[in-house]
Amino acid sequence: MPFVSPEDFAKQKIGAVQDYSILAWQAIANFFSRPRYMADVYTQMDLIGVGSLPTIALTGFFTGSVLALQSATSLKAFGATSMTGNLVALSMVKELGPVLTGLMLAGRNASGMASELGSMKVTEQIDAMRALGTDPVRKLVTPRLYATVVMLFFLTIVADAVGIAGGALVSVTMLGMNASTYFHSSYRSLEYADIVQGLTKPMFSAFIIATVGCYFGMNTKGGTQGVGRATTQAVVVSSIFIIIVDFLVSRGMIGIFGR
Amino acid sequence: MSQELLPRDEATLKVASPHEPIVVFENVSIVFDEKPVLQNISFRVNHGETCILLGPAGGGKSVLMKLANGLIRPDSGTILIFGEDITRMSEDELYKMRERVGMVFQESALFDSLSVEDNVAYRLHENQVPEAEAHERVVEALRFVELEQAIAKFPSELSGGMRRRVSIARAIIAKPDLILYDSPTGGLDPITSTTIIKLVMKQRDVSHTTSLLITHRLQDAFTLAMNRFDSETNTMKRLPNNGTDETTKFLVLNEGRIVFDGTTMELVRSADPWLKEYLS
Repeated sequence: MPFVSPEDFAKQKIGAVQDYSILAWQAIANFFSRPRYMADVYTQMDLIGVGSLPTIALTGFFTGSVLALQSATSLKAFGATSMTGNLVALSMVKELGPVLTGLMLAGRNASGMASELGSMKVTEQIDAMRALGTDPVRKLVTPRLYATVVMLFFLTIVADAVGIAGGALVSVTMLGMNASTYFHSSYRSLEYADIVQGLTKPMFSAFIIATVGCYFGMNTKGGTQGVGRATTQAVVVSSIFIIIVDFLVSRGMIGIFGR
Repeated sequence: MSQELLPRDEATLKVASPHEPIVVFENVSIVFDEKPVLQNISFRVNHGETCILLGPAGGGKSVLMKLANGLIRPDSGTILIFGEDITRMSEDELYKMRERVGMVFQESALFDSLSVEDNVAYRLHENQVPEAEAHERVVEALRFVELEQAIAKFPSELSGGMRRRVSIARAIIAKPDLILYDSPTGGLDPITSTTIIKLVMKQRDVSHTTSLLITHRLQDAFTLAMNRFDSETNTMKRLPNNGTDETTKFLVLNEGRIVFDGTTMELVRSADPWLKEYLS
């Protein structure tokens, strides 16, 4: 690997941030002018949303289950096992549902976007698209962005619901709790601010997944090895960004709503 | 019927005079990673001409082709396509300009998730051409490249030569005013290469479309220069008296510079030692 001077390294990174920002802005703005590729949006919604449903449901279910199992053990020490539903619901809706769904989708879809667009880039299909008079950002990136934003929102709701159900199953069958108590405790624990916080995070995560995945795909260089590198980078960068932005959004929401 | 696809309404051209150039490069230079790829390139291609780009690999031919279509921008110099300076155009203006340009990529660059029909009809679908009309025009274009039977296939099911032919069909379906062929015979066997060259010649002699063509095979270049397409027999025919096609000219690039720009006869009679060695 050739040595790069600090100046060149800094220039490369600033250039990458600039390119990413331009791509993200174009992807958003394209939706407000013609042509709009709605068929591609629906196709991506099917691939991203419906295709990820089993993964997200399984992840949510077992996260809720293990959360109930672990928290009940700790709560038992305080004689507060009846609060299990409360803890599971709050954790799932505010934090684990949005973050884990985002991370799972990053693993599944940011990688898919980077590899698909990366393969198109190295085989000159992106150039061919431009040569045929089509804006590749409008045709490839914008549909993926909007499809991810819409579908991650609903997938997070599914993950939250299935997670709470998983917690209920464990609480009732393994911990001997009353189902009614569990759900009542869950329901009472959630406030408007929690729901808003839990459903705001997926918007940011979806934006990160789609734009980072597409950015690395559209900037792939170096043949099949480059496609592999772009895929890995897309997953790593989007996952890290999701966790960082999760913290920032949490802090912002606590600042606004006080919880 | 395939010929109906090709005759073009010349009134649609912005360049009224057939003697005015379609492509003009003026002192064009571009540098990649501090390495000059093209240096002060100046040439022009007139209406109806076929310009064959020759030169060793890595000489900047494909870069020049991408510059001509506005896919990359030069660091300096001016590029006029249809009389308009594309170096100053916005990306949206370039998309409009490209509607008049067909491009055949080195590795075909077919969309692998689309069928042959959808690949060829891509531009028509983008322009909201009705499905029935689009299908009819795809069939015509595929008939031109003698590949009608492959209409329902996917690129992965085609041989390299068939992909190039589909790529040519995709490039000509919108009846472009300029066609850019980036090594259309690269990596193909001699028989398939000749088939592709015949198609290029057919497009040149039947529709008189202006074109730029990169080739590494001197045999292909001289076949183009010394033959004409006979529509009646659908074959290539040698020009009488060992003549050469007047609309076909040569541009030879070496290490990012033009070493020759002229006609076939001027090329073969050139006294330049490097050129002699290259052609031998």
